[in-house]
Amino acid sequence: MAKAAAKRSASAAASIERHPALAGGEVTTAGVRLAVLPPAERISLRAPEASITALTRALGVSLPKAPKTSAAKAGRTALWLGPDEWLVIDEAGGDPLADCAGVKGLHSAVGISHRNVAISVSGRQAADTINAGCPQDLSLAAFPVGAASRTVLGKVEIVLLRTQEDTFRVECWRSFSDYVLAFLTKAATDAA
Amino acid sequence: MLLIHCPYCEEERPELEFRHAGEAHIARPTDMAAMSDEDFEKFFFIRSNPKGVIYERWRHVHGCARFFNAVRDTVTDKFVMTYKAGEPQPKKLPGAGK
Repeated sequence: MAKAAAKRSASAAASIERHPALAGGEVTTAGVRLAVLPPAERISLRAPEASITALTRALGVSLPKAPKTSAAKAGRTALWLGPDEWLVIDEAGGDPLADCAGVKGLHSAVGISHRNVAISVSGRQAADTINAGCPQDLSLAAFPVGAASRTVLGKVEIVLLRTQEDTFRVECWRSFSDYVLAFLTKAATDAA
Repeated sequence: MLLIHCPYCEEERPELEFRHAGEAHIARPTDMAAMSDEDFEKFFFIRSNPKGVIYERWRHVHGCARFFNAVRDTVTDKFVMTYKAGEPQPKKLPGAGK
């Protein structure tokens, strides 16, 4: 009885801790390193042309207007997803949702921090690994450093950002993260 | 794999990112209640289904998520051209002689 009670209280204590999806997950092969990135603040931002200046000022990072591009400043990255749609990721502990709240111009900012899980794919074979399930041209000419795009990986949708020549950030929905990590792990093994 | 030019992303992207969305340039009637059943049937169900050039709506669903229009040849399955939603139906197609 005492043992069972002890077990229960231990599990009760554990449930208070935060367990982000796949936390600490890491795979290393000869040519690629996959790492599940720590939680970050994210917003999905929709805004017309007229509000861009005000939102840029509030967020502290310019919202890119060219397709397949991104802009980064002080731990905050804005990714162009569509003509009036951006994904803003804050890895410096800021709150982009609160920053947008003061903007009077028409816009829609939705907090999606816990919807996404980010996986970093780095190393010599990073592009080959992602190309195992992503049909886009990931050569440096077509997808340079800073390029960002919503696309597909295997059977799920991802947002892909090239942070360095041999490093990508793969953002996927939380419930698909198991699939994405398993897919990338298999692809990394094949690419090596 | 087909490469489809997205007019919003301004480049060719793999077909896996796209989804077909029916025939283009079908105007929704302003007063549906007043229509006869025959006219409604024509608007709602009947599509041109040509052999050759067809005007279609496509959506770059796993990209910029925008709808756009495409001209496609149903015989060769080739995309003749694409243009933004809301733009008029092109009168002259590229490479279509005079």
